[in-house]
Amino acid sequence: MTDKAELETIEAEFARAIADAMDEQTLDAVRVAALGKKGRISEMMKGLGKMSPDERRDMGPLLNGLKERIGEALTARKDALQEAALSVRLASEKIDVTLPLRETALEAGRIHPLSQVWDEVVAIFADMGFAVENGPDIETDHYNFTALNFPEGHPAREMHDTFYFDPKADGSRALLRTHTSPVQVRTMEQGKPPFRFICPGRTYRSDSDQTHTPQFHQIEGLVIDETTHMGHLKWTLEEFLAAFFEVDGVELRMRPSYFPFTEPSMEVDVRCARLGNEIRIGEGDDWLEILGCGMVHPNVLKAVGLDPDKYQGFAFGIGLDRIAMLKYGIPDLRAFFEADLRWLKHYGFAALDVPTLAGGLTS
Amino acid sequence: MKFTLSWLKQPLDTEASLEEICERLTMLGLEVEGVEDPARKLAPFSVAKVLEATPHPDADKLQVLKVEALVEGEKKVLQVVCGAPNARAGMSGIFAASGATIPSNGMVLKPTKIRGVESNGMMCSERELELSDAHEGIIDLPDGWVTGTSAAEALGQNDPVIDIAITPNRPDCLGVYGVARDLAAAGLGTLREGNFPPVEGAFDCPIGVHLDFDSDTQNACPVFAGRLIRGVKNGPSPKWLQDLLKAVGLRTINALVDITNFISLDRARPLHVYDAARLKGDIHVRLGRKGESLIALDGKTYEMSPDYCVIADEAHVLGLGGIMGGEESGSSETTTDVFIESAYFDPYRTAKTGRATGIISDARYRFERGVDPAFVLKGLDLATKMVLDICGGKASRVVVAGAEPDVTKVVKFDPARVKRLTGVTLPESEMSDILAALGFVIEYGSDGVMQVAVPSWRPDIDGEADLVEEVVRVHGLSEVKSTALPRLHAVARPVLNVAQRRERMARRALAARGMVEAVTWSFISEDAAVLFGGGSDVAPGLKLANPISADMSQMRPSLLAGLMAAAGRNLARGMNDFALFEVGQQFENDEPSGQVLAATGLRVGTAKPTGAGRHWQGKAGPVDAMDAKADAMALLASLGANTAAFQITVDAPDWYHPGRSGVLRLGPKTVIGYFGELHPRALTRMDVAGPMVGFEIFPDAIPEPKRKATKAKPPIELPDLQPLRRDFAFVVDEGVTADQLLKAARGVDRKLIVDVMLFDVFQGGSMAEGQKSLAIEVTLQPIEKTLTDDEIEAVSKKIIAAVEKATGGTLRG
Repeated sequence: MTDKAELETIEAEFARAIADAMDEQTLDAVRVAALGKKGRISEMMKGLGKMSPDERRDMGPLLNGLKERIGEALTARKDALQEAALSVRLASEKIDVTLPLRETALEAGRIHPLSQVWDEVVAIFADMGFAVENGPDIETDHYNFTALNFPEGHPAREMHDTFYFDPKADGSRALLRTHTSPVQVRTMEQGKPPFRFICPGRTYRSDSDQTHTPQFHQIEGLVIDETTHMGHLKWTLEEFLAAFFEVDGVELRMRPSYFPFTEPSMEVDVRCARLGNEIRIGEGDDWLEILGCGMVHPNVLKAVGLDPDKYQGFAFGIGLDRIAMLKYGIPDLRAFFEADLRWLKHYGFAALDVPTLAGGLTS
Repeated sequence: MKFTLSWLKQPLDTEASLEEICERLTMLGLEVEGVEDPARKLAPFSVAKVLEATPHPDADKLQVLKVEALVEGEKKVLQVVCGAPNARAGMSGIFAASGATIPSNGMVLKPTKIRGVESNGMMCSERELELSDAHEGIIDLPDGWVTGTSAAEALGQNDPVIDIAITPNRPDCLGVYGVARDLAAAGLGTLREGNFPPVEGAFDCPIGVHLDFDSDTQNACPVFAGRLIRGVKNGPSPKWLQDLLKAVGLRTINALVDITNFISLDRARPLHVYDAARLKGDIHVRLGRKGESLIALDGKTYEMSPDYCVIADEAHVLGLGGIMGGEESGSSETTTDVFIESAYFDPYRTAKTGRATGIISDARYRFERGVDPAFVLKGLDLATKMVLDICGGKASRVVVAGAEPDVTKVVKFDPARVKRLTGVTLPESEMSDILAALGFVIEYGSDGVMQVAVPSWRPDIDGEADLVEEVVRVHGLSEVKSTALPRLHAVARPVLNVAQRRERMARRALAARGMVEAVTWSFISEDAAVLFGGGSDVAPGLKLANPISADMSQMRPSLLAGLMAAAGRNLARGMNDFALFEVGQQFENDEPSGQVLAATGLRVGTAKPTGAGRHWQGKAGPVDAMDAKADAMALLASLGANTAAFQITVDAPDWYHPGRSGVLRLGPKTVIGYFGELHPRALTRMDVAGPMVGFEIFPDAIPEPKRKATKAKPPIELPDLQPLRRDFAFVVDEGVTADQLLKAARGVDRKLIVDVMLFDVFQGGSMAEGQKSLAIEVTLQPIEKTLTDDEIEAVSKKIIAAVEKATGGTLRG
């Protein structure tokens, strides 16, 4: 019959076998030999049933203790072996983390500066309550000139260097709009005052040199109601320019000028500093001509069926390409339309760089 | 327009400085474009006296001068070596001290030795100071100039030239007098009113003048006046006149022509002078006739047209009214009898004739903008007086045909309008003063309303708003104070409509796929337009009549033309793998509805959406039609389109590869866009190398989402049971599309089958010729209870049956 000494011997044997097991397989063999169904300790446990109550009282706790200790030793050894194996595996698993990645789509993609600036302009004017209106590039003489108070044969028409299409059978002649002002007329014809909107768009003049391209982009602004006056115009432009150029404030100088569709008409200069090729808006002691504007001419209001004694308001036009060049220091207008990838990568914006008033137009 | 300060000061009595005058001109709307002050470049030079002149010891042609000059405020005697033959003791000239920059060559003087003799400074010639081409000797001033006097003063070069831009509405300011009037009104001096007493004629003018027009064309020239002056001597004009004209960049011709040019610039009153000896009979003003021609003063021959207003004698056309005279009848040095013309020509006809002939002249410029019709006779008197003063002779009495047109205009003016339009508060008296100073005549009607008579020289004034502009312009636009525009809503409302939102979203979506946004020209070449479905035959209304160049003559029918050309330029620069896109307008016809928004992109080389070119993780293959499809579908998804609802057909336009392209449709009529590999012929024609794939999406073709009453999303159903997946592979004919198979499988049970994914396409190998294997994974989502094996089996059978029926294929064993 087993006795305590035998149990100690058995425990020592298994303890040694566990300690000697150098891998999980060997260790498992030890587990089976000790605690498996036919394992030595399991067999001894089965023997408990045949024992007398007294023997069982003595041997029961001893055997249970043995089983428990061997079990714990097995677990501990197993953990240690796994830990060691993992260390060995990890030691062999190495990569060069400096290996470069492919450029991601988000890094590669670009938004053209014109589109970016357009989004900036919309963000600002939307906050000031301006809707956005669009009109066609191919216009009629009526919308581009006549309805805007350019009488036929007027020298101001010639200043526009208009692109014309071939005359049609009825003698009329389509043209490429020379400014975004036709959208004023189209929008006012369709709606009812008050009006407060901007219209962006591509405009065309048959002119081509360093500072002129046959196509360019304008933002037209229009406010028509019963009370809006030149003071509101000045304020609107000041607020817009300060917000757009992201400066605390701008100083404007309005000079009388002439546009057939406004009366009074003005050109607006903004205070700036010229530092070499760079122009900084909102500081310095130089002036930069930046846009044209005025109070909508009574004839334009009449042409869309509004009573100029009741309704009044202002219009302005800004070169989108021009303010993009000014803000982002882009030297050559022609490059806007050349689609040179190097230029687009340099002056373009990331897809997720969406200008907002909350987050800032530029980050 | 250019004029000198002293010229301006003839009609304007002012103490104002040049800077003040320029500032005020700009603020009056007469924008100063430049001021050239000849005194500035002459600043380093001053009068010096030659005390001694002795021969140079080592050079025959040089002299050694002792010069008394003022250097840094101190009178000094300096030794100067000089090569001018006219240098002599006792003369005064212009001295350049060491440190001065010589205008003609930019050289900076420094003390030097010339053939061993020290020389400090230089005596200048006219050429060196850019006064003239004279270089035969140094400037030899008349006696009496004090040493140290500035060169500008001694040489009479102290009259700054002011260049102003005149807007087309201000023909009155195309003369110095008009400019002076504006300045005087703005408080910058007093206007010296012109006085033009009629010059009595000594005899009847032997040359008659006639207006030969019908009643419907008589406005071409309502008045034509003239007179003969006999016995003139037409030499060079006096120095003051030559100096004035030269200063503003005009060539001096002879006294008679210079006088007319002067009056044109001074009074905005163009005139013409004829050599009376070359006239045959009376002068007739009439419309041109076919077959007539004129050799104009520019030496070119012009064919006359019945639209032109011409001046003719009984033999020839003498000139184009208001535009240019003829060479034949012009005045010359030998002219002794001169006929002076002063007339009024219709601005519209003048402009039209000017455009048709392409003649640019000071007369045309003024007549087409509108000269003062009430100054026809006064201008003639002014010219007569100047001719008599300068050239002598005897004047005839004036002959006039027609009469100065009556341009009397009275505008009702409510002074409150100033405040209403400008926000500026101004006393009525100041408004009246400003208007009066500009020549308006103010009266009050019996109703107390201000009635403002417009001066004859202001054709631009028609209504109240014009008067408001006059008042506020002269008062000063700087008085307009910023006033906040009322805020419409405490929190700004959204302003963009669906189309506008889609346009900007399209850009961001494509850029987020690694594509670079380009903006290309709206116009392309005829060849390119034809290639992309346009061109003169298809869309005749889209051909420009006056393009910049043939390459830019057609409105683009597709953005691909511009993008492919851009791709070609970038390939030529050594870029190989890139993706470009553009979101912009393309044109089907010249109606507003023919302008279509397109979001169009290109992928070139290996610029796949997942990356381009070689890489240690794997080389990117060439771009293919599926890359273009992926761009198109991703774009459409970002625009809110239900891409599952699209049909894809294989009838893409000609510029796509016929077998590797598709059309996205919504129903049989609505085309949402195209995608695919670009046709090899399109690549060749556009002269670019592939591989190149592209897509064109028309965002406005996507139906607008229905407006919903609430922003709340529908409740979500989250089944507790796990989905299960089953794979099926079918052998089908190679002509069977994936779409056919997927649709059949999906249609079996739209509730239970939540996804069908095609995971394998296999062709060749063990497959029979003309057949392929398509393998799908079907996801089943049990809702209420787990599916039994029988239920799964039943669904599987249905799927197999449906696919086999739809495709004619069989389940792959």
